[in-house]
Amino acid sequence: MILGWLPQDVSTFGPNIDSVLKLIIYVVGTAFVLAEGTLLAFVILYRRREGGRAAFVPGESLRQLAWVLIPVVIVAILDVAIDVRAKSVWELVKEESPAPGLTVKLAALQFGWEFTYPGPDGKFGTPDDLVQTTFLTVSAGQVIRLLMTSKDVIHSFYVPQLRLRQDIIPGREIPAWFEATQPGKYEIACSQLCGNSHFAMKGILRVLSPEDYQQWVSQHWPKSGAGTGKSASSARPSLSGKEG
Amino acid sequence: MAETTLEAAHSSEAHEKMGFWRAYLFSVDHKVIGKQYLFLGLFMGFVGVFLSYVFRWQLAWPGSSVPLWGKVTAPQYYEVVTMHGTIMVFFVAMPVLLGAFGNFLIPLMVGARDMAFPRLNMASFWTIFVGSVLLLISFFVPGGGSHAGWTNYVPLSDASKYLPGNYWGGNLWLIALAIDFASVLMGGINFLTTAIAMRAPGMTIWRMPLLVWQELVASVLFMLSVGPLIAGVVMLLCDRMVGTGFFLPEKGADPLLWQHLFWFFGHPEVYVVAMPGLGIVQEILPVFSRKPIFGYRMIVWAVIVAGILSFTVWAHHMFVSGMNPVLAEPFSVTTIAISIPFAVMLFAMIATLWRGQITFSTPMLFALGALANFILGGVTGIPLGTNASDIYLHDTYFVIAHFHNTLVPTAIIAGFGGIYYWFPKMFGRMMNETLGKIHFIFTWVGFNMVFIPLFLIGIGGGQRRIYMSSVYTYYKPLQPLHVIATIGLLIIIAGQIPFLINFFMSMFRGAKAPANPWNATTLEWATDSPPPHENFHTIPTVVRGPYDYSLPGMQQDWAPQAASVQAGAAQG
Repeated sequence: MILGWLPQDVSTFGPNIDSVLKLIIYVVGTAFVLAEGTLLAFVILYRRREGGRAAFVPGESLRQLAWVLIPVVIVAILDVAIDVRAKSVWELVKEESPAPGLTVKLAALQFGWEFTYPGPDGKFGTPDDLVQTTFLTVSAGQVIRLLMTSKDVIHSFYVPQLRLRQDIIPGREIPAWFEATQPGKYEIACSQLCGNSHFAMKGILRVLSPEDYQQWVSQHWPKSGAGTGKSASSARPSLSGKEG
Repeated sequence: MAETTLEAAHSSEAHEKMGFWRAYLFSVDHKVIGKQYLFLGLFMGFVGVFLSYVFRWQLAWPGSSVPLWGKVTAPQYYEVVTMHGTIMVFFVAMPVLLGAFGNFLIPLMVGARDMAFPRLNMASFWTIFVGSVLLLISFFVPGGGSHAGWTNYVPLSDASKYLPGNYWGGNLWLIALAIDFASVLMGGINFLTTAIAMRAPGMTIWRMPLLVWQELVASVLFMLSVGPLIAGVVMLLCDRMVGTGFFLPEKGADPLLWQHLFWFFGHPEVYVVAMPGLGIVQEILPVFSRKPIFGYRMIVWAVIVAGILSFTVWAHHMFVSGMNPVLAEPFSVTTIAISIPFAVMLFAMIATLWRGQITFSTPMLFALGALANFILGGVTGIPLGTNASDIYLHDTYFVIAHFHNTLVPTAIIAGFGGIYYWFPKMFGRMMNETLGKIHFIFTWVGFNMVFIPLFLIGIGGGQRRIYMSSVYTYYKPLQPLHVIATIGLLIIIAGQIPFLINFFMSMFRGAKAPANPWNATTLEWATDSPPPHENFHTIPTVVRGPYDYSLPGMQQDWAPQAASVQAGAAQG
């Protein structure tokens, strides 16, 4: 019900993040209902009655404290369950980085986005690099590695439908990755206050089907290697199986 | 020792001879200083709420003209959100919970004649007063108050080219904050010394009311955490005004340093505010349910454990900041673990009500409302403290809704409860119950109407700090929730009118308050309302713990901490 507000989920790791959210909402939702229900029941049941006298229950003996300590132990066990489930998802999204099908350099600046493709030779810093502003065009089903830098202040790359957010710190190159599953246009929002026009720092993630993406590459990329498929700029040779 | 440090006049006749200036403005009496803090906090609170009205109006009806303000421009939007956060945390929550309640109550509750260092106490108030004035002045300097967000992240807040024209606003923000911190440090020294060295005979530490405990733990947390940030503030001020480069990446610095300094302080700071607020709730619940607090010692230990843990969680504000992602794992575990001591406190508070005799006086309504919402604030911290789900929820309205559900119940709702509860002691008159209940209903219903929709906006991916949500199409379905939230805020604001009427009318026209209108046990009720110049005619001797309600075998259902000198308090 609450999770009905989540936007569409279009990345490979998105369902994992949603599953952590779901687990937490079920666990804390139950705890919340029980705690508030008990509170409400006590407030109604034990309202003052003429001539009534309250029980003397100081909660100093272990026998009495057990009423609080046993629920607390249950809370602690649920905490561990959440930790364990979250750990693997965090590692998947932020620590393990699958071999990319394409590496794109992202530069954030007040108030826009610049994306640099390595071009047909698969290397950055060569004349066939392709620079695009605002639009990041990728193929569905391809692992995209972003190497993100900022030209001025801290920005943050956020695409709600990818369930991905990563701050971009000036003076560093910060990596991130995603693999989109569904073609479509998704908004890239800056998610860290970056100045008076922060709210308008919008980019567009354009996810194309592999065929449409090939067409886009042949139309826009400089012609020299003519789409050899060798696209990873990192030392890793592997491809994701799709043309890059 | 207490007697030698007290330089104030030693009798109430002398008090009257001091004249207006010494008695009311530059007083060294902790009770007067406590009230000064209360008035300052209330005034700044109304400024802070007005600012929230400006930006919430803009969020609900973007681009329309805000009554009493006009059209909100983007720089103005970022100015009002920045200043709202800064004012509410540093110039409302801290002066009210520590300055007002801590100052007024600690000496009374431990049975001391005044604070250990009365002049330092006066200095602490006038220091934060200067800080508040400087912060308010910053609205009127060219470029207005700071636009950098209340967290003031560098390098946005560092080099003035990134926020053009905001040079003096940013500088004054830093100066006001440093002054505010200095003031709270002075207060903390007083709180600790007074509670450690000046307790009445028989007042062992295990007989101190929970509010005193929580004020002490809060003061220690503040002292141990604020040092790095004061250094950071001074360094940032040097960057801006002298041309150093402590935080500028082009000079080789790492901008994440500021975030570490800010949150190393910032997380304990949340508890600096939350703990006295919970302390107020824990004072009120036993009185109006006529029961001892459940598990007094267990609560004290939970407070101490939560205080220690609060130093190990700060980087949960930085999971996606670009710090090494491996670090996020231990910080996530410590953050989730802090739910354990808080669960102890919350369950103990609920258990206190079990088989009680509950009366719904205004202070009790606010205490119960605070408890109900603090539970919501607590559980919604879990998806944010869990690193994996924070990737998605960070910087959305879910965060806003979560921390308002922790800070507003403690600082504002419990704070109001404390005002209604101790008003008779502060001013010697009773407040009006009907107006108080109207105030409660408007405030509590309005508050939930603001923040429950904001949780949903956050789950929908709606970001905070967005001046025009219409920029994003994914934001469209969330927009009606912003309208509901703003209507909630208008309800809250309407509810403050009966409070103001009640507060000022009761101060002069309210029914005369007896010494102990609530039949409460702690020491502040063992003296006159309001207390005489040095609090007690004779220093009481403490014979029991603070929450002995409904003791078996006793005729009356409360046993005061003080050995009885008054008639009616005799136990036999």
